[in-house]
Amino acid sequence: MPIRIQEDDFDLSAEIAVLRKGDPRVGAVVTFLGAVRDMNDGSQVKGMTLEYYPGMTEKALQEILDQAKARWDTYQTLVIHRVGPLLPEDQIVLVAVTSAHRGEAFSACEFIMDYLKTAAPFWKKEDTPEGSKWVDARVNDETAMARWAKK
Amino acid sequence: MKLELRFFASLREALGVSQESITISDSVKTIADLRLQLIARGNPWSEVLADGKVLRCALNHHMVDASTALQDGAEVAFFPPVTGG
Repeated sequence: MPIRIQEDDFDLSAEIAVLRKGDPRVGAVVTFLGAVRDMNDGSQVKGMTLEYYPGMTEKALQEILDQAKARWDTYQTLVIHRVGPLLPEDQIVLVAVTSAHRGEAFSACEFIMDYLKTAAPFWKKEDTPEGSKWVDARVNDETAMARWAKK
Repeated sequence: MKLELRFFASLREALGVSQESITISDSVKTIADLRLQLIARGNPWSEVLADGKVLRCALNHHMVDASTALQDGAEVAFFPPVTGG
């Protein structure tokens, strides 16, 4: 499955092995791995909980992958996003793209990640020494997405 | 018109509701109309959905803007800007 939303952790090497298995056309694999930081906006983060919108989140991610596929010549794409309780250093998101050459895979991977940040319904609630609080959306995430419209 | 409402993240917590089935009158035609209708319920709705609060809205699992027309039987979700990744 190219899109997985799960509580369980994942194995980067195993996922890439499956993604490129039996496809000798692949000359490039680009991955983005997101991890939980222990600091955010000046607050220590002891842990976080991720919420999503079952039914919509999968569709939103599929639309993002479809757009990437239409723009760049890629072979396989994979998005894994974890939900539920997470701790600092935990893996949180994986985007992987295969293509013949690196340029297409780099661009597609970055595009998918930028769009995921602003268009896929996930919400983080951080557990900090001051109590738990919902994370505010970042303006620079919107800027990151907007730059793709200019090309 | 019948709608299935969904609320997520900080909105869900502040409203104390995650899901609700409602029947609205014919005068409520758009997402913006629906928001006003919910605000008219008073607190906490008027606070959480107040004009000026930055919200996102989805109609049948697609992000839409306030001018989008409602459809009978639709699932309408309100939530804050997303923070995944």
